[in-house]
Amino acid sequence: MIENGTFKPVIVGFLCNWCSYRAADLAGTSRMGYPSTLRDIRIMCTGRLDPTFVLRALQKGADGVLIMGCHPGQCHYQAGNYKAIRRFALLKRTLRQLGLEEERVQLHWASAAEGVQFAETVARMTEQIKALGPLDWSHNWPNEDPYAVEEATE
Amino acid sequence: MTQKPKLALYWASSCGGCEIAVLGLHEKILDVAAAFDIVFWPCVMDFKYADVEAMEDGEIDVCFFNGAIRNDENAHLAHLLRRKSKVLVAFGACAFGGSMPGLANFYDRDTMFNWIYMDSPTTINPDKVLPQKRYDTPEGELVLPGFWNTVKTLAQVVPVDYFLPGCPPEAQSIEAAVTAIVAGELPPPGSVIGSDVTVCDECKRTKTEKKIKRFYRPQEIIPDPDICLLEQGLFCAGIGTRSGCGAKCPAVGMGCRGCYGPNEGVLDHGAKILTGIASAIDAETAEEVEIILDTLPDPAGYFYRFHLPDSLLRRKARKNGKKQMDGGPQ
Ligand code: FES
Repeated sequence: MIENGTFKPVIVGFLCNWCSYRAADLAGTSRMGYPSTLRDIRIMCTGRLDPTFVLRALQKGADGVLIMGCHPGQCHYQAGNYKAIRRFALLKRTLRQLGLEEERVQLHWASAAEGVQFAETVARMTEQIKALGPLDWSHNWPNEDPYAVEEATE
Repeated sequence: MTQKPKLALYWASSCGGCEIAVLGLHEKILDVAAAFDIVFWPCVMDFKYADVEAMEDGEIDVCFFNGAIRNDENAHLAHLLRRKSKVLVAFGACAFGGSMPGLANFYDRDTMFNWIYMDSPTTINPDKVLPQKRYDTPEGELVLPGFWNTVKTLAQVVPVDYFLPGCPPEAQSIEAAVTAIVAGELPPPGSVIGSDVTVCDECKRTKTEKKIKRFYRPQEIIPDPDICLLEQGLFCAGIGTRSGCGAKCPAVGMGCRGCYGPNEGVLDHGAKILTGIASAIDAETAEEVEIILDTLPDPAGYFYRFHLPDSLLRRKARKNGKKQMDGGPQ
C-alpha cells in the first residue's frame, strides 16, 4: 500500500486464539506502540493454518504473512504448532523456489503474556518488508494475449 | 437422417499424449466416429484453420481442447474454437492446469531462449539467432507466433464448460465424458468430469500412521508391494489429488504424480499435497524437519508438477521483468 507517497506494507497475520491473539490484545490494552501494518486473522491454532491461506493472502496483494502461535510444548491442542513447524518449513522451501524473499513469510511464537514480543515482532517484520518493497504478486503475469485485447476492444 | 453432432479436437501446447489417449479408446473410437461428425482434428486428419474460420459461430457441438496456452497461436485457436463451439472441454492436465508446459512458469522467456538457443551444450549458434516474431524475406514477410513469458491454462484465456483431468485422461474418463455428451446428460457447466475422492481412497495399499524419517527417490529403494508408498518415504501426491484414474501408479510401486489435479473445492493443488506430505514427517523441531526435508529435492516441482499455472501464485516471481537470483527447480 502506498500512503502519502511512501510504501506502507500490508502484512496478513494468522494468530492462534490461545496465545498470540491474546498477546496482540495485551499489546493493545497496554497501549504499546507498533506499526499499523498487521491485518490479523484469528485462527484457533497454528495447526489449523492451511498453506492455502498464506498463498491466498500473497496472491490477493499482501506484502507479507506473519503466522504466530503458542510456544512449542504449549499448544492448547497438544501438537498443533508442531504440525505448523513442519508445514512452514516445507512452505518456505516451496516459496523460495517461487522466488519469494525469505522475510515475507514468517513464523513466530508469543504467549499470552508476551505483548512486548508481539509488538516487537510486528515492528521488525514491517521494517524488513519496507526494505524489500511492495510484492504486487499479480503483476507477475501481465496480459500477453493479443487476441484478448482484440476481443475487449471489439 | 438426422445430422450427427460435430466434434473438434485440438492440441495447443501439449505432447500429443492426449491424442494417443483418444486413440487408446481402441474399438470404442469407432463409436465416437459413428456418433460424431469429426470436423477438425489436425493431429489425425488434414484440416486448415481457415476451415474453422469459415464455420458459423457455435457450429461445432463439442470441442476437446488439449494443451496449455503459451504462445499467440495457442491463444488464437482457443478464442476461435471457443467462438465456434457450443461446448468447450479442457481435455487433459495441460489444458486444465498447465501441466508439464506449465513448469516453464518457473522461468521466463529470456531464460528459456538463452538456454535453448545459446547456452545448452548441444547448441551451436555463433550468430546468436533467436526466434523473431517477424522476418522479411525476398518472398515476403514470415510470421511466427509470439512466445509468452507465462504459460496459461485454457480457462485463463477463454470460458471453459468442462474439465477432463489426467495426463492423459484415462480411457474410462474419456468414455464417461463421451457417453454423457451423446446422452445429453452433462453435469452443470464448470464441472470436472471425474471422481470426487482422492487417489488414496482408490489405492489398495495398507495405510497406517505415517511417520517418516527421510524421503527416498524411486531409484533408491525397492518398495514393499503392500504398504503405503508415502509411509515408506516415497513421494506420493495421492493424498491431495483427485481420483478417477484407478490409482494405477501406486499399484505398480510408483507414487502418484498428481496428474488428475486438485480435488473438488481445492484452490491450490500444491498446498494440499504440501500439507499431506508435511504431516507425514516425523520430527518436532525445526532443525530435525530441515534435515528430513533435505532428502526431498525440488518440493515445488513435486507439488506443482501438473497445476502451477492454475495455482494461486501461478508462476515464479518476475520482479520488474527481471529474473530473481535464487530459487527455481534445483
Ligand atoms: S493453540 Fe496456539 S498454537 Fe495451537
